[in-house]
Amino acid sequence: MQIDITVNGTAESHDVEARTLLVYYLRDAVGLKGTNVGCDTTSCGACTVLLNGESVKSCTVLAAQVAGEEVTTIEGLALEDGRMHPVQQAFQECHGLQCGYCTPGMVMAITSLLAENPDPTEEYIRLGLEGNLCRCTGYHNIVAAALAASQALEMRQ
Amino acid sequence: MIPATFDYVRAGSVDEVIGLLGEHGDDAKLLAGGHSLLPLMKLRLAQPALLVDIGRLRELSYVTEEEDVIALGALTRHHDIATSPVTLSSVPLLAHVAGQIGDPQVRHRGTIGGSICHGDPASDLAAVLLALGATFVAQGPNGRREIDAQDFFVSFFEVALRSDELLVEIRVPRPLDARWGFEKLTKRAQDWAIVGAVAVRSRSGVGVGLINLGPVPLRSSAVEAAVVAGSNAAEAAAFAAEGTEPSADFNGSVAYRQHVARVLVRRALEKAGV
Amino acid sequence: MSILGNRVLRREDPKFLTVGGTYVADLALPGSVHVTFVRSSMAHARIVSVDSTYAQAMPGVLAVYTNDDLGLPKFPTIMGMTNEAMTPPMLASGTVRYVGEPIAAIVAESREIAEDALEQVVVEYEPLKVVIDPVKARTDEDLLFPDAGTNTSFSLDFGGDETLFDDCEVVVELTLANQRVAPCPLEVRSAAAHMSEDGRLEFNSSTQAPHGVRDALATFLDLEPDQVHVVTPDVGGGFGAKGAVYPEDIVVGWCAQKLGRPVRWTETRSESMLGLGHGRAQVQHVRIGGTREGAVLAYRIEVLQDTGAYAGFGAVLPFMTRMMTSGPYKIPRAECASYSVVTNSTPTTAYRGAGRPEATAAVERIMDLFAREIDMDPAELRRRNLIEKDDFPYTTPVDTVYDVGDYHRALDLALEVAGYDDLRAEQVRRRTAGDVRQLGIGLSCYVEITNGLPDGEFGAVEVRPDGKVIVRTGTSPHGQGHVTAWSMLVAEQLGVAIEDIEVIHGDTDVVPRGAGTMGSRSLQVGGAAVNQAAVDVVEKAKDLAADLFEADRDDIVLDKANGRFHVVGTPALSRSWAELAEAAAKDGTALFAEVDLASPGPTYPFGTHISVVEVDTETGKVNVLRHIAVDDAGRIISPLLAEGQVHGGIAQGVAQALLEEVVYDLDGNPLTSTLADYSFISAAELPSYETRFTETPTPVNALGAKGIGESGTIGSTPAVHNAVCDAVAHLGVRHIDMPTTPVRVWSAINDAVTGHGTAKGGR
Repeated sequence: MQIDITVNGTAESHDVEARTLLVYYLRDAVGLKGTNVGCDTTSCGACTVLLNGESVKSCTVLAAQVAGEEVTTIEGLALEDGRMHPVQQAFQECHGLQCGYCTPGMVMAITSLLAENPDPTEEYIRLGLEGNLCRCTGYHNIVAAALAASQALEMRQ
Repeated sequence: MIPATFDYVRAGSVDEVIGLLGEHGDDAKLLAGGHSLLPLMKLRLAQPALLVDIGRLRELSYVTEEEDVIALGALTRHHDIATSPVTLSSVPLLAHVAGQIGDPQVRHRGTIGGSICHGDPASDLAAVLLALGATFVAQGPNGRREIDAQDFFVSFFEVALRSDELLVEIRVPRPLDARWGFEKLTKRAQDWAIVGAVAVRSRSGVGVGLINLGPVPLRSSAVEAAVVAGSNAAEAAAFAAEGTEPSADFNGSVAYRQHVARVLVRRALEKAGV
Repeated sequence: MSILGNRVLRREDPKFLTVGGTYVADLALPGSVHVTFVRSSMAHARIVSVDSTYAQAMPGVLAVYTNDDLGLPKFPTIMGMTNEAMTPPMLASGTVRYVGEPIAAIVAESREIAEDALEQVVVEYEPLKVVIDPVKARTDEDLLFPDAGTNTSFSLDFGGDETLFDDCEVVVELTLANQRVAPCPLEVRSAAAHMSEDGRLEFNSSTQAPHGVRDALATFLDLEPDQVHVVTPDVGGGFGAKGAVYPEDIVVGWCAQKLGRPVRWTETRSESMLGLGHGRAQVQHVRIGGTREGAVLAYRIEVLQDTGAYAGFGAVLPFMTRMMTSGPYKIPRAECASYSVVTNSTPTTAYRGAGRPEATAAVERIMDLFAREIDMDPAELRRRNLIEKDDFPYTTPVDTVYDVGDYHRALDLALEVAGYDDLRAEQVRRRTAGDVRQLGIGLSCYVEITNGLPDGEFGAVEVRPDGKVIVRTGTSPHGQGHVTAWSMLVAEQLGVAIEDIEVIHGDTDVVPRGAGTMGSRSLQVGGAAVNQAAVDVVEKAKDLAADLFEADRDDIVLDKANGRFHVVGTPALSRSWAELAEAAAKDGTALFAEVDLASPGPTYPFGTHISVVEVDTETGKVNVLRHIAVDDAGRIISPLLAEGQVHGGIAQGVAQALLEEVVYDLDGNPLTSTLADYSFISAAELPSYETRFTETPTPVNALGAKGIGESGTIGSTPAVHNAVCDAVAHLGVRHIDMPTTPVRVWSAINDAVTGHGTAKGGR
């Protein structure tokens, strides 16, 4: 079936099976490989993207369910002038990634979290990342990045 | 990881859904947020022939305040229930519980109707709605009917909806002067409850719901009766295991789960002012 | 001003943060077919038949292969040490021995068709008796390999000194489990292969050792190594489990040859939980003895290692355990014996620490019991028994020679950062008040061995006429940041900007040899090799500069502040690296050095971790309040990267202590084969860590550096484990086996308080 989704501001239209998960629509049909698959039980969050600005696990959404809606992936997060989004920037400065596999999902999850709560406590962030698993970093620097990004975003207001 | 193939149709109206259910019966499954159904399909534990996508029925996503009742559309997302000014002021217990289901991504997709209709005894919302004395409105080819929460959960992953009915609304009597407690034991934050308890005390009485203590979501009439009879939290909680049939696995034996039930019920009752 | 020791941000990051890494599954391979594997649903059975008729008839299915179709040999033993009868076949051959064992390979036009075809293959089994418990396996009552006549795959028969504990006033014993865990890198196993136009096998692997993969493919597929080209792109974590080559990798290569089309394979997480090697899985009997004043005189550990269904690297983990038997303590007499047995479960392999966490966990747990027995504070007991800083190099009773250390300094610093006395005071307050939530404080003093294998490493540095520096390394980073770290080393030697340095790894054509990245070896051998190559290039450049300047070789100065060469006294007349490289090119040579650095030998990082936990004594739930880590890995080249390694290690270590366990039922069915059932730890269960480094440089290598990659895991697990046991010790609980899940903690409390049961909380 033909499914039209706006991805990172671009209108995409692809003929995929009804059973095509959004993550595979993005990776295979659109060709954006940044979003990763890390599990098969909606547990790890590596596949997190923004759907109409809100974080969702793209492995647990059928592309068909979001036809006509707007999806943002890691590739679409940079600012208009090409600079990194404050969350991306904070990850770099805080050493928030090692192997990078969970990173796009983490960045999108935190972007959504900060949009909903611009001034979170550490506890709020940790709970908010309960659905995003990382094996390399021990989360310490990811949390630091989220806190740093919340400061940076506040300063931009 | 990849579901088996299926036919897909997006429903444009409640009537259309009912028509499709009538036509296809058990071959059809409704797709709302998809966070109960799609995980099963990806592991091929469920292989419906037809998916009826009801996710766009925006008319079923609402939280409104009637005189004595908070009415929630069946397709209201957990996130929206957690952040709605209506639930936050009128039935904050519901907002609180909706706000800790799964994780933020799950809450952006999962719906109250989808969660309840799945019939999972480990559902947090189901236990809360039992404790609140909610009713569920089903719509079928012959119109609407209201089902008491106590009669809704029939057996393990089975609810009292006919195969041609759709859950459209959840009605929660506004608890007046309510105090409540919600306690859940998990290993990790994102886990389903090993055991959970909810207690709400209001002008209309006391409601105690139990999570994952049997094949269906449970309401503890024994504990409620004890409270009504004047027992304190600890005394009433002693009855928490009555009528429960928890399963045993490596996360806990039957005895352990029943013990934790007593502990969590006591704590929930204490928070509810008992 | 040296760049080393500074907080240099990672050069790798911008790509990962903006477009994501390129992992094997991301590679473009036009026209590729997909492989998936039919896996055993039985733990132990004879394969009666494999019927793939329906699958093969499906449109889009190219073939279904079983072991007979492949005609490939079995895997070899591990370094000649393990039982030859117990090596794994390529695909299951006649008998399946664990749930998840690959039986057949389905090749299809797409991933979707491959998964559809999986459901159409029918395997008929004849069940055999399942042996899941390694204790039962050791009895040899039911054999996995009847021809072998035993279930023992490897043993270390040391010790047996009956007099070991003769002079000990106090003797304490314990049987404890170091449970089976799953490494769970976020990227599962993945491989791709195609035949190039000139008939070479092009292979991409999510591996920790590309040259190892190349050599294995060459051996199994009967090719010369130079007929195989392995390119390892970005790898999403390995943690030891991707150091081995798996049957699936070889089958993918075989399929590419057989079909003449590109082949790709990416397992699902559920498959990975069964197919990627598991870690740990030891049962340990330990005995400690000493004086009432707290001098530890003797220690014995007997290890029962669960190998899983076949004898892979997991079988020889006790070799490493034995090396670290006596830990950081000056125990005069110590012994370790081990028996590795096969069971009907996933084969075990190296997992972050690989045998050393097990050694530390055992001695640290029993030190706490010994302290309790003689009514001594556990920190004080450790202080009295740690090896003194002036006693290095130190030879332990099992003949391991520790290079250098200051163990007391790490202990003191950890206690200070933790505010130990205040913690104990708070604990007393809560105990006196009978609080529901009790405080537990746990210590772990550890030493571990890094770069324990004898491999050397390759490093090369070339300066090009355009001024760019090309570094090639035989290490294979999968998150460790070698591009940044090796750039720092080379920038330090050459005086060039980091941005002008390119670091190449993972391509076996470009990097001729390498041992990969595991065992915390990379900096001290790989970084050291690159560093040496850089030093050599500077020497060559000076030779060249002397010619160009027509000056004495000894008068040539490299000004590292700007990367320019001049004759001493005339700094204004200088030449750049680019100019020298250009001059070399004109001469028909290159500014280039290649080093095969022999391993300088193992080093022994150490430290002290302190865990503070809160236990809800009514439910058994444990919350981690604080984690303090003092680690010493010698000279720290990049504090940013070193800290990150410690953080990651701590999370995995805490996870083993509290949450994670691979569970099988008695029929060998795995109960934790998804990330929903397996308690992979999240940020919500952890605090931010309080980490410090002490730096006691090692004399073993030129950098003065030890490895750090596994220290966090090794040091943290026993600290958390001890903290949980400590929290409820006053209630009469002696020991709780890991993971200290709520039910186990509560059961231990309940048993102690009611006087029932063994109060071990064990299985």
